[in-house]
Amino acid sequence: MSLSHGTRSRLIIVASLFVALVLSILPWPVWTEQFRPDWLALVLIYWCMALPTRVGVGTAWSAGLMLDVLYGSMLGENALAKSLIAFLTVRFHLQLRMFPRWQQAVVVLLLVAANNLLVLWIKNLAGQAPSTWSYLTPSIVSMLLWPWLFVILRDIRRHGNVS
Amino acid sequence: MLQISGWQIRSPSNLTRFVLLALLSVGLMLLDARGHHLQKIRAGLTVLFAPIQIVAAIPVRVGGAIIDFVRGDASLRAEAERLRSEQPILLARVQRYEALEAENAHLRQLLGTSALVAERAVVAELLEVASEPFRRTLVIARGAKDGLYIGQPVIDAYGIRGQVSEVGVLQSTAILITDPGHAIPVQVNRNGLRAIAFGTGAPDTVSIRYLTASADIKPDDLLVSSGIGGGFPFGYPVAKVKKIVNDPNESFLDILATPVAQLSHNKEVLLIWPAKSVMPTEAKKAVEMKKPAEQKKPVEPKKPISIKKPAETDTPVVAPTPPVRDPAKPAEGTDQ
Repeated sequence: MSLSHGTRSRLIIVASLFVALVLSILPWPVWTEQFRPDWLALVLIYWCMALPTRVGVGTAWSAGLMLDVLYGSMLGENALAKSLIAFLTVRFHLQLRMFPRWQQAVVVLLLVAANNLLVLWIKNLAGQAPSTWSYLTPSIVSMLLWPWLFVILRDIRRHGNVS
Repeated sequence: MLQISGWQIRSPSNLTRFVLLALLSVGLMLLDARGHHLQKIRAGLTVLFAPIQIVAAIPVRVGGAIIDFVRGDASLRAEAERLRSEQPILLARVQRYEALEAENAHLRQLLGTSALVAERAVVAELLEVASEPFRRTLVIARGAKDGLYIGQPVIDAYGIRGQVSEVGVLQSTAILITDPGHAIPVQVNRNGLRAIAFGTGAPDTVSIRYLTASADIKPDDLLVSSGIGGGFPFGYPVAKVKKIVNDPNESFLDILATPVAQLSHNKEVLLIWPAKSVMPTEAKKAVEMKKPAEQKKPVEPKKPISIKKPAETDTPVVAPTPPVRDPAKPAEGTDQ
């Protein structure tokens, strides 16, 4: 490997965030859209938990801003929500690591729900609040997905020797 | 359970950084929402992140190619046959439409009211990317170089889909009529009752607000754009009334309607440059202003001989026939 260890780790993390961004805008049939998990939040939660020194509020903010651009939403909306998630995860990363998988999943549910509610709140202030309840489903789907995503990302981290 | 201990592992700058970035976000949002100061920055960033959108669109393109390949000759031939048989009918209808429009213009001239200038339309391909969870948007593979502008109506063969909300260099974003931030002035086709259709965020519902219990509106009524406000041209179908709830506790009816445009299906949309209501003398100027870009107009059916009105001399009266694939024209959408 010609790349230094730090650069390689950073590349792998950025690549995983890139994949999460692509998944966030990957087209699905319309009726499945309300079940789309918050990929970016999930990946960010994992890295903030596993490597809080490398991935933190700043990374989450930048990634959230990219999501804002891709979605065409107000700049800063998702950036704020994602940095909130990152902040909470980094703050409690030691406890999170000790939790059994299902308990982690519950925390993920709460984090993604907080993210969605914050976004919803901002949208409401801007006068664009949706009048449906479907904004709560992504957090549930994210929770169900967490155990699998955790295993995948953990393997990536171990094989890629990311630290 | 999260509140216990944990204080000893917090990196000292974590909270500070979060607070700073949160303030920065709020500042950005205020700038973006209030003053639209960030249009240029956003346009630049959109170009920068276009690769992500292209990557995200790959699966659908590949899927479409595979489906086309598997479907094979027979069904393609059948489809070509169907399109070929449909075309004369549509052309015939266009002729009638042109005659009617000419007559309409003539009558308007007699009345001394403003005349409608011809519309121009362009087919635009959609970039297959999903929208934000709570919103309904489309990404269109056309941008400022094609002359798109913010607020431009986006339609398909069945009705109004939405309007352009953001124009980039090569691609633009449109919000659908179901987007929670969208509202469109409509009228009931049957009796001209005016209303406003708001998006709800649900993929197949718009809500009609501010109509009182005495309003003459029934399920299955067709709502067409009323043209008030000037953003959308008059007469394009918007939605069909699905359900009317009359709750005596509320001051207004709760009306839900289903959009008639295929909001989630087609791969293409039509962008139209709507007819502006202008006085005949100004018409020529308006036409020349609109004309540049795009001059493809295939098989124009024989123009009916009509009064020589400056507006009509050098533009197609209806939208030019969209090249291949999309057989229907926007003009036929109005079933009045």
